[in-house]
Amino acid sequence: MKRLVNLSPSRPWALLLGLIPLALVLALYLAGSDARLTENPNDKLLPSLEQMSSALDRMALQPSKRSGEYLFWTDTAASLQRLGLGIGIAAIIGLLIGLLTGALPAVNVALSPLLTVFSLVPPLALLPILFIVFGLDELSKVVLIVIGVAPFIARDLQKHTLEMPREQLVKAQTLGANSMQILFRVLLPQIMPRLIDAVRLSLGTGWLFLIAAEAIAATDGLGYRIFLVRRYLSMDVIIPYVAWITLLAFLLDMALAWLSRRLYPWHHKGAAS
Amino acid sequence: MKRLALLLALTLLAPSAFARDSFKVAWSIYVGWMPWGYAADHGIVKKWADKYGIDIEVVQINDYIESINQYTAGAFDACVMTNMDGLTIPAAGGVDSTALIVGDFSNGNDGVVLKGKKNLKSIAGQKVNLVELSVSHYLLARGLDSVGLKESDLTVVNTSDADMVAAYATPDVTAVVTWNPLLSEILSMPDSHKVFDSSQIPGEIIDLLVINTETLAANPKLGKALTGAWYETMALMSGKDKAGIAARTAMGEASGTDLAGYEAQLASTKMFYQAKDAVAFTNSAALKTTMKAVAEFSFDHGLLGEGAPDAGFIGVETPSGIYGNADNVKLRFDPAYMQMAADGKL
Repeated sequence: MKRLVNLSPSRPWALLLGLIPLALVLALYLAGSDARLTENPNDKLLPSLEQMSSALDRMALQPSKRSGEYLFWTDTAASLQRLGLGIGIAAIIGLLIGLLTGALPAVNVALSPLLTVFSLVPPLALLPILFIVFGLDELSKVVLIVIGVAPFIARDLQKHTLEMPREQLVKAQTLGANSMQILFRVLLPQIMPRLIDAVRLSLGTGWLFLIAAEAIAATDGLGYRIFLVRRYLSMDVIIPYVAWITLLAFLLDMALAWLSRRLYPWHHKGAAS
Repeated sequence: MKRLALLLALTLLAPSAFARDSFKVAWSIYVGWMPWGYAADHGIVKKWADKYGIDIEVVQINDYIESINQYTAGAFDACVMTNMDGLTIPAAGGVDSTALIVGDFSNGNDGVVLKGKKNLKSIAGQKVNLVELSVSHYLLARGLDSVGLKESDLTVVNTSDADMVAAYATPDVTAVVTWNPLLSEILSMPDSHKVFDSSQIPGEIIDLLVINTETLAANPKLGKALTGAWYETMALMSGKDKAGIAARTAMGEASGTDLAGYEAQLASTKMFYQAKDAVAFTNSAALKTTMKAVAEFSFDHGLLGEGAPDAGFIGVETPSGIYGNADNVKLRFDPAYMQMAADGKL
């Protein structure tokens, strides 16, 4: 008799077993929605699929009555721009600090305490300060994401730089490399795929800060819309927006994973075998 | 799993119209609603509930909108809210609701503040920070009407009420619309001018206790107990004697200020201490006109739902007649219980 711990389902079974809980959640939702809608056809709490698709159609495919914009797409563009800028700047700062503190002991000694302290500050608690210093516009939203994400990336890259085999550095030096060459020719290329990994891991945090910032003061954005229509319990808009954010997050993650495999195939060789 | 449990819970919480003997009422902090907290803490609600042989749990919710959403979802039998939110959240959500008690109207408690400018006209072209789709937004729309401007002449920036004061302190925020106590906080900053307030549209921003119509019909005892408790508290807090001062001090402290601060807020609130005044206000034809203006604003901003073909899609019943669609009345102003209080029949 095969032990349960050794029983690993074959691929079609794995797919099926993975889908069952999802289908179950969906079925439960639809049943609940149906029950509420039979009792009160105007119920807004658990909208049916048709209600959600008509809300999505209205938001995405028809110009808004008030501004003539396609709200769904302007929201998406605004949010992605903020997220992209925030994560992009955080990645550059994180890479610089991580690489330099990891590679140069003098810089490490000088910056490490600051980095540690900074990474411990809860960024959401800083929000009121950010608003006062940077105003309520785009800048403070981007800065929030940068502050929230950069310390994590920096510390992650610092750790990986420090973990580089000492032998490599010694070998490069015997071959006559100077500090600059070691930094940019030995360490940087090996750190780049790590940077992409760190960005992938910090995207979730980035979304969190983005939506928090948009909920507080904004004129557009995915988080803005969700918190605005919450005022009149428009779940038919909120649920598709949440699903869309999830899909966007998934696609961004996939794109980064693809980019990493494409640019640094050697990094993935070890993992694949 | 948590979300699933929540969904199930919400599904099961659908309001039941059957006669029951235990009820839940939600309230949130605002000058005109502090009496609920006081009445609950000082046994007034319990006294009246006992008198009618029922059980009433009064729950304070920190987030105003969340309390209305919970009421609409069926987790509470009654909840405090403004006339506009009553129309756009529960009524638009198909929950037939009745304004059991008309507590007060804002008489200067909501205002438009400009930095460095002294008249409302100069708001044109500015960014205006406010809680979008709230009564502040409505007040702004009414103010703009009065000087011949349109909402498209300015940019509305949705700003959370929790961050309004901090936002106003930044240099790039030059215009806000908000309510007390935030309003007085903002006005105390230098070079701030109140250019329009709710005393210029008296009786349009009304604070109510809204109750599920079916629950009320099946349980008139609940309506009687709540109304009784409310007017006992009103009589107590409006007194000039020691007990009145003590009640107002307690309410002020519970809302994060003191006696003087609370009385300043009361000064810009037209409280209906006497049930007969509330009845007269509810019976007046002006209420129907107000609800028309509110419904039109709500319709223009898409608050009545996408299925709404016009502003009168959701009927509002007032003693002076029904505004809008008589076949789809979802919000009712019913002075019957307040009348009982006025007649001393509770």
